[in-house]
Amino acid sequence: MCRDCGCTLGPAVARAPLASVKPPAGRVETIEVITAILDENDRVAAHNREHFDGHGVLALNLMSSPGAGKTSLLEATIRALAGRLRVAVVEGDLATENDADRIRACGVPAVQVQTGNACHLDATMVHDALHELPLAGLDVLFIENVGNLVCPASFDLGQHRNVTLLSVPEGDDKPAKYPVMFRAADLTLLTKTDLLPYLTEFSPARARAALQQVGYGGETIELTSRGGEGFAAWLAWLDREVAAQRARTAQGRTARPNVQPEGALAHASARPAR
Amino acid sequence: MHELSVCQALIGQVERIARENGARRVVSVVVAVGPLSGVEPALLEHAYPIAAAGTVAEHASLTVEVMPVEVHCRKCGARGEARPNRIVCAACGEWQVDVISGEEMLLKRVEIETDALAAS
Ligand SMILES: Nc1nc2c(ncn2[C@@H]2O[C@H](COP(=O)(O)OP(=O)(O)O)[C@@H](O)[C@H]2O)c(=O)[nH]1
Ligand SMILES: [Mg+2]
Ligand SMILES: [Zn+2]
Ligand SMILES: [Zn+2]
Ligand SMILES: [Zn+2]
Repeated sequence: MCRDCGCTLGPAVARAPLASVKPPAGRVETIEVITAILDENDRVAAHNREHFDGHGVLALNLMSSPGAGKTSLLEATIRALAGRLRVAVVEGDLATENDADRIRACGVPAVQVQTGNACHLDATMVHDALHELPLAGLDVLFIENVGNLVCPASFDLGQHRNVTLLSVPEGDDKPAKYPVMFRAADLTLLTKTDLLPYLTEFSPARARAALQQVGYGGETIELTSRGGEGFAAWLAWLDREVAAQRARTAQGRTARPNVQPEGALAHASARPAR
Repeated sequence: MHELSVCQALIGQVERIARENGARRVVSVVVAVGPLSGVEPALLEHAYPIAAAGTVAEHASLTVEVMPVEVHCRKCGARGEARPNRIVCAACGEWQVDVISGEEMLLKRVEIETDALAAS
């Protein structure tokens, strides 16, 4: 259970000052700030990105609800890439080492980050994991985030791209229910399409329309981790991103995922809705 | 669901500002949050006293300014409000729009009390 979720059920509190607010005794000064609340996380994320770029590694953040198929996709991908691309994985999980064990069984390095009570990875957790990985010999670092369609979208980890999975059993309306998560994606994978014949209520076209409605403008690939056409399209996307990262590294440039609002600081002085 | 983590980051910034400005205590904190930031204002307000407890901001009030989702249409140029799960142009229905407000998760303002005597 999330430490952040434990206490939050109940009616919204009033926006008035707390009852315990003391009247000021000394001189009161107002300081205008306007900085991102997650400034410190963003700073560590930028540092992580320097580590990745320094070694020419492409870093991908995989996000989805629990059970959408992130680890299965990674297992199949690692097997398909064997001998072609050098891969490592950072696994985020609340408590177990299971996913890292599954990845190691495929023959690649994996570091398990046990987030304990936190329902998302943050940049510091990833930084701690990085120093246990042989970055110098890698082409791609996959970061499997904690299964959760809410929190992970708000924390930059230093990755270059976000990949969000939506599995057929979850229903095609999920983008409308979790707009922040799907807006953050650079690539959306509709997974477990082998189940489409049994879950006829899932319409890939409706899922794509819901993605468009939340402002998602990226590519959408339908696949099953059991192989086939869509899986090949995913591998082709990976190859393109690895090539793009190599080109950026050669030119001393980097790339940021869709996670961070670009214009937020610029519009901070706009009027609030209430 | 991650509002306590967000509040802890917020309090970290407020503590630094208080220290740099020689504050005896923090009186109020103002943040701006948009519906597309992934942070729920009510959950933020619940988590805030927990994160603030035992810090220089313990007795400070929190004001959450909720920003509207506003878009600028790439097709017709109109500027208007949108819903978080229907980010389209209100004027022409186009979905190729730029979000100009609604993604904020910002610390805007901190009010501190210093040791200097209040000017009466
Ligand atoms: N039918 C089907 N099942 C899948 C597929 N991918 C994963 N699964 C199953 O879904 C369950 C959860 O998968 P897992 O990879 O652990 O999900 P994660 O929590 O997102 O890492 C497991 O029982 C998998 O075997 C798929 O493409 N098709
Ligand atoms: Mg997993
Ligand atoms: Zn470092
Ligand atoms: Zn949570
Ligand atoms: Zn328009």
